[in-house]
Amino acid sequence: MPDASHSFDHLPQGVGVGYKPQHFQALCDDPGPVTWLEIHAENYMGDGGRPLAQLRHLSARFPVSVHGVGLSIGGEGPLDPEHLSRLKRLVDWLNPASFSEHLAWSTHDGAFLNDLLPLPYTADKRDQVAAHIDQVQQTLGRQMLLENPSSYFAFAESTVSEPDFLHQIVQKTGCGLLLDVNNVFVSATNLGFSPQDYIDAFPLDHVGEIHLGGHDDDTDDHGAPLLIDSHGREVADPVWALLDYVLARTGSRPVLVEWDTDVPDWPVLAAEAARADTALGVQVG
Amino acid sequence: MTVTQPQFRAAIFDPAEPVPASLLDGLGQPAGRRFNVYRNNVAVSLTEAMHTAFPIITKLLGPANMGGLAGLFLRAHPPASPLMMHYGEEFPAYLADLPQLAHLGYLPDIARLELAMRRAYHAADATPIDADALAAIPPEDLGDTRFMLAPAVQILRSDWPIHDIWQFNTVSDAPKPRAIAQDVLITRPEFDPVPAPLPPGGAACLLALQGGQRLHAALERAQPEADAFDFGPVLGLLLQGGAITQLTVKD
Repeated sequence: MPDASHSFDHLPQGVGVGYKPQHFQALCDDPGPVTWLEIHAENYMGDGGRPLAQLRHLSARFPVSVHGVGLSIGGEGPLDPEHLSRLKRLVDWLNPASFSEHLAWSTHDGAFLNDLLPLPYTADKRDQVAAHIDQVQQTLGRQMLLENPSSYFAFAESTVSEPDFLHQIVQKTGCGLLLDVNNVFVSATNLGFSPQDYIDAFPLDHVGEIHLGGHDDDTDDHGAPLLIDSHGREVADPVWALLDYVLARTGSRPVLVEWDTDVPDWPVLAAEAARADTALGVQVG
Repeated sequence: MTVTQPQFRAAIFDPAEPVPASLLDGLGQPAGRRFNVYRNNVAVSLTEAMHTAFPIITKLLGPANMGGLAGLFLRAHPPASPLMMHYGEEFPAYLADLPQLAHLGYLPDIARLELAMRRAYHAADATPIDADALAAIPPEDLGDTRFMLAPAVQILRSDWPIHDIWQFNTVSDAPKPRAIAQDVLITRPEFDPVPAPLPPGGAACLLALQGGQRLHAALERAQPEADAFDFGPVLGLLLQGGAITQLTVKD
């Protein structure tokens, strides 16, 4: 594969969207407030054809963030060397502005479960995750960002809070963090803690990117609210408020709107991007 | 008490497995149906991946039947890699082994056709030769020529009318499938794979060319299947599909 013709070395402190092929033409014609794009790494690991041609075209115009969903950084076993080399091939070709992955696992014993599965926050897990991040950063020759997950339950064996766990990993590996504000709100509602307290405890100095997305409402066995991180609708109002709370403490950051299921026509996503742009504008002004 | 990832995985794939006991809600009570979020995410996302990969099988069986089948398939063959573009490779063989679908004998070959279309879609790019390059070869050298085919090229053999069935389910006003065997050539002129039916002998000839044999040897392969095999129409399909990337006479 030829190298992408242009590359950007960092994400702008503006609004990005998760790229969907059905929005290709709209983005080329008039991206509105959108200044950068994020792709799911695994969708661009084919050998050629339309996906890579579109990406080559877009990457000449927009800084691109590569967001992995299949590395299984929180897995008990070693990282899949084949998958890691596929990722390296993509990153070497695209030279993206950023690479990020999740604090989650998805592969065990050769089977990939196609979801971001949770792990307990213990010293053992911290060392395991840190070793995997070291391996990723060494292989790719760059810093990566690690994203906080959505939680639907807690592990009895956890010994530290999620912000502390992430902070320890940052200190051990030098990685940065991707703060998903919707995930914070979902986890806080599901587990009954204050999302503002979580943000106050979060190592905000290390946040290189912020995610926003929509969630669904459900209830658990006891009728307590159970929010589900579905990325299938508009960002909820309390999540916008939490974004303001975060930006007031971090200043401007690259902010991404994710919409992965029931993907809407471009104007709907562009309106969400415009709302995020306004939230960022308040910081500048 | 701890939960290991194998226990977690087993509980996701088998709803009859108990939810691991160390998973708790915010009040320290058992997680219960909260765990079903993951069971649902895994089943729904992999089922959707099967609908996307096999739109014609989905149409032939109906979305509900396909959903049920996808649920059984994902437990028998969980994805072996995080690339959803490869998920479902074992589906044709899985379909062939299901006694309740034995009366729909063409289904496995339709699934193979859908996988081949997807492979063609993601295959590496290649620059095709133009027709002049072919015309420049002296007629006496043509038999000694090797044809390098684009990575997107797929050649399928079937005892069923797989091209007719494909057309009947994707093109409006297409005629009803005939009771014939059909071999199919898939090319990718730009980004969208195009399937075309091959005349008798065509698949044997193209498989030989794809395997690196010279034209005269490839034509010999076609003879047992077609008395007077004519390479012309097959060559036309290759040129139309931008499927020839290199011609080599001497090597």
